Amino acid sequence: MKKNLIIIILLVVSTNSFAASQKSELAEKYKALNSITNKASLQRGAKYYVNYCSGCHSLKYMRMNTLANDLGIDEGIFSKNLIFANKKIGETMTIPMKEEDAIQWFGALPPDLSLTARSKGADYIYAKLNTYYEDDNSATGYNNIAYPNTSMPHILADLQGGQKLVLDSKNNPVSFSKTSEGSFSDDEYRQLTNDITNFLVYVSEPAKLKRQSIGFWVLMFLFIFTILAYYTKKEFWKDVH
Amino acid sequence: MSSDNPDNSRRKFLSGSLTLVGGTGAAATLWPFLSSMAPSAKAKAAGAPVKVDISELKDGEKIDLIWRKKPIWVVKRTQKMLDSINTNETKHKDPLSENTEQQPNFAQNKFRSIRPEVLVLEGVCTHLGCNPAYNPDENNFFCACHGSKFDMAGKVSNGSPAGANLKVPPYRFENDNTIIVGEMPEKVDIDKV
Amino acid sequence: MEKVLLRDGEITLHTRERSNKWQMYINIKGTDVFVRKSTGTSNLDDAAQIATNYYDKLKANASTASNSATGVIGWIDERLPILSFVRDHLTNYYAPKNFNFWYFFGSLAFLILFLQIFTGIFLAMHYKPDAKLAFDSVEFIMRDVNLGWLIRYMHSTGASAFFVVVYLHMFRALMYGSFKKPRELIWLFGVFIYLALMAEAFMGYLLPWGQMSYWGAQVIINLFTTIPFIGPELGVWIRGDFAISDPTLTRFFALHIVAVPMVILLLVILHLAALHTVGSNNPDGVEIKKHKDENGIPLDGVPFHPYYTVKDFVGIGVFLFLFSLTVFFMPEMGGYFLEHANFIPANPLVTPEHIAPVWYFTPFYSILRAIPDPAFGALAMLLSIVVLFFLPWIDKNPIKSIRYRSMLFRVNLFVFVTGFLILGYLGVKAPTPLYSALALRFSEMYFIFFALLFFYSKSRGSFYSFFYSGIIISLITLYDITRINLENYIMVIIGLAFVCAFVLFMTISPLYTNLNREKEVPERVT
Repeated sequence: MKKNLIIIILLVVSTNSFAASQKSELAEKYKALNSITNKASLQRGAKYYVNYCSGCHSLKYMRMNTLANDLGIDEGIFSKNLIFANKKIGETMTIPMKEEDAIQWFGALPPDLSLTARSKGADYIYAKLNTYYEDDNSATGYNNIAYPNTSMPHILADLQGGQKLVLDSKNNPVSFSKTSEGSFSDDEYRQLTNDITNFLVYVSEPAKLKRQSIGFWVLMFLFIFTILAYYTKKEFWKDVH
Repeated sequence: MSSDNPDNSRRKFLSGSLTLVGGTGAAATLWPFLSSMAPSAKAKAAGAPVKVDISELKDGEKIDLIWRKKPIWVVKRTQKMLDSINTNETKHKDPLSENTEQQPNFAQNKFRSIRPEVLVLEGVCTHLGCNPAYNPDENNFFCACHGSKFDMAGKVSNGSPAGANLKVPPYRFENDNTIIVGEMPEKVDIDKV
Repeated sequence: MEKVLLRDGEITLHTRERSNKWQMYINIKGTDVFVRKSTGTSNLDDAAQIATNYYDKLKANASTASNSATGVIGWIDERLPILSFVRDHLTNYYAPKNFNFWYFFGSLAFLILFLQIFTGIFLAMHYKPDAKLAFDSVEFIMRDVNLGWLIRYMHSTGASAFFVVVYLHMFRALMYGSFKKPRELIWLFGVFIYLALMAEAFMGYLLPWGQMSYWGAQVIINLFTTIPFIGPELGVWIRGDFAISDPTLTRFFALHIVAVPMVILLLVILHLAALHTVGSNNPDGVEIKKHKDENGIPLDGVPFHPYYTVKDFVGIGVFLFLFSLTVFFMPEMGGYFLEHANFIPANPLVTPEHIAPVWYFTPFYSILRAIPDPAFGALAMLLSIVVLFFLPWIDKNPIKSIRYRSMLFRVNLFVFVTGFLILGYLGVKAPTPLYSALALRFSEMYFIFFALLFFYSKSRGSFYSFFYSGIIISLITLYDITRINLENYIMVIIGLAFVCAFVLFMTISPLYTNLNREKEVPERVT
C-alpha cells in the first residue's frame, strides 16, 4: 500500500515539476508553417527526408506506394529515386539499422518518426532542426534548445552553418549568433526544415487530406438533412396546440 | 393525427423526402464499413507480383513459390513431358482449354504456357483445394485427396472428380531467366515466343 | 337491451340491463384492436359521436402502425407481437407535448450507443489484443485498412460524444426533477448505465496501448490497491500480473467488447422499460397522466411517433453535423479526445511528463487529488459517484421542475454545475498550490450541493437551519484544522471563509428573505 501511495504521489507531483521545467522560450519561438495541401513542399520534404534522415530514422508505418500516390509522384520515378536497397513499393519505410549497432553509435536507438508530429507536434520538429548550437561539452559538438543534451548529431550542420547561443544577464538563452556560413542561406535552411516538418506531419496521418475533403461532403449532406428534418417537424407539429 | 390535417400532401412529401434522404445517408454510411473488410493496403502489398529466377532450374525440376497466399509451381518440362501432352477429347474434360476462367488468353494453347518448356500453374486442385503432388516419372500431377489426375499441362483427366483444368496465373517473362508472377505479359513478350 | 351497429359493424353500441348508459364495442377487422368500454352517456346521438370519434382514432393508429396487420406480418404478430410492441412504444406511447431542447439527449445517447457498438465490431476485426501488436494494429487501422481511420475516429469521437450527451441528459434530470417519484428506478438504472459507461470507456482507453493508455490505467488500477488489507492483492488480480501487461490488455479487451456492452444494453432496456411504465416527465414537472380524455389518452400528450420521432430527427441532424465536424476536422480535439502522448507506444519505464485522464473523468479525478491521502481521496471519489444513487431520497421536495422551485435552488444548481466544470478543468491541469486549493473547495461544494438539496426538501425552522449549517461548517473547518500550517494558512482561511459564507447564506437566508419561496405548480403543462 505504501508503494502505491508513493506512486500516486509521484505521479501527481511529477506532473507539476515536469510541466514547469524544460520549456524554453527560445524554442517556443520556432513555429512550423504547415500546409499538407502544399504538394511541392511535401515532395521536397520527402526528398530531404530520404537524403538526410532515413539513414537512421525509420517510418515504419508509412507505406511507400501510399506516399507516392498521395504526393503525386509516379510510382516508377519514386522507386528509382526514393527507394533504397531492394525494397518493394508496397512495403513500409523501415531501415536496416540494428538496435545494438545504434546503441553503440548513438547511445540510443534513433526513434521511428512515423508519429512524432502527432505526439510532440510539428513545432517541436521544426524547433529541433533549427536550434542546434555549438557546445564543446557535447560529444557531437552540438547541443540543442528544443531537446537539450540530445544525442542526435547535427546532420544538417553543413547546410545551416554554425551558430552560438546568446545568453542574457540571467543566463537564459535568448538568440543565436552565426559563427560560420552554411551552404544554404538562412531562408533556404528555414524552408528546408519546414519542408521536412511538413512531410513528417503528412506521414503522421496520411489520411488527413482525404479526411477533410470527405468531411466537407458529409457536412453538406447533413446540413440538407437537418433543414429537411426541421421543416418536416414543423409541418407535423402544426396540429399540436 | 395525420388524417385530420388539411395539408396532408405537403406532410407526405416532406416525410417521404426525409426518409429518402435519411435512407440514402444511412446506406452511404455503410460504405466505409463494407470497404474496410476488403483487403487492406498491407494485404495488397503482400499480394504484389513475385519475381522468380529460373536460370538454375534443371529439366524436369519444379520449384514452388507463394503468390497471394497460394502455391505457384514453375516446372521446366522435358521433351518427353511435352510429348506426353495431347488434346485428345476422350482423355480430357477440357482438352482445348476452352474454360477461360482457368487460364489467361496467352495460355490457351496446347501447352498452356508462354514458352512450351516452362509451365506455370497454381498448385490448387480445382476439386476442393488440396495441393496435388508432382509425379515426373508418370508425367502427371496427382491429387491424393480425392484422386484427381492432371497431365503435364495441368489438364484434368476424364474420370477425375475435379471438373476444371489447373489454373494458370497471370505471369510474364521479364527476361529469359526471370518470371514475374502476377503481371500480364506485354504484347512483345507473346510475339517473341 | 338495445343494439346499434355502426361503421360496417365494426362498432356495436348497446345498453345493459343494470345501466341505461350506452356501451361501445369496437372490433376493427384485420387488426388486434378490440375495445369494450362505456361511452358514459345515455343519449344515443352523443354515444354514437363518442364511439365514432374513438373508432377513428383507433383506426388511424392501427393504419399508421401496420396498415392493419395482415399477411405475413399479421401471421408473425399473432405469434410474436413485435408489431404490437413497436406500436405500443411508438404510436401508442404518449409523451408530454412540451418537451424542450433538453429532451433530445436521451434518443441521442441511444443513437451513440448503436454507433459505438457498430464501429466497435468493425474495429475488432482489425485490432490485435496483444501487447506486442496492439499499437501497431491501431496504426494499421489508421493507415492500411480502407477507410479504417474513419471508423476509428468515429469510435473515439463517439466515446467523448457519449459522455457529452449523458452529462447533458443527467443535467436535464436534475433541472426538471426527473429522478423524483415515481421515476426513482429510471434514475437508478441511469446511474448504473453511467457507471458501466465509465468502466467501458476506461477499459477501451487501454486498448490502443499508448503511453496515456498505459499510465492512465496504472493510476486508476492503483486506486484499487488503496483498499485496506486486500488492496495490493486486488491490484495484482485485476492486472493478472505484477504490472500492467499483456494479460491486463487481453482481459480489458474481452470486457470492453463483450461483457460491459451486454450489461449496458440490458441496463438501457431496463431504463426504457421503467420509463415507458411511468411515462416521461416534462419541463413543467406535472404528471400528464392525471388529465386524460374520455378515451384514456393524456390531454397534454402526443403520440411519440410521429411527433417526437420527427422532432428527434432534427436533433440527430444537428448532432451528427457537430459529430462529423469533429470526426473529419478535429478528431483529436486539441488533445482532449485523443491525447498526444497516446501516439507513443506504451513504455513501462518512461512516465509521460503530464498524465491527465480523458476529459470526461477529470471532475472525479480532481476530487481524488483534492485529498492528498490516496485512500481517502479514492473514498471521496467513490462517494461522489455513490451519492448519485441516493438522489431520489435526498431531494424530497415535491416540486419537480426548476421552473417552480426557489431562487436558492437555482443558485445551488448553478453553483454545482459551475463547480463540476471547474473541477473538470482542474483535472486536466498540473496541480499548483492554487489549483489544489480550488479543487478541494469545489469538491466540498460538490457534496454541499446534495446536502442543500436535502435541506430544501421542505421548509425548515430556524433551529434546524442553524444546526444544519453548523454541522456542515464544522465538518469543513475540522478538516482544515488538520492540515493548516504556516505556509498555507492564508489560502486555507480564504477558502474556508468562502465556503462557510456560501453555506450560511444558502441555509439562513430563507429565515429572513423570500429567496426560498417556491412558485405554484400549474395543473396542466404550459
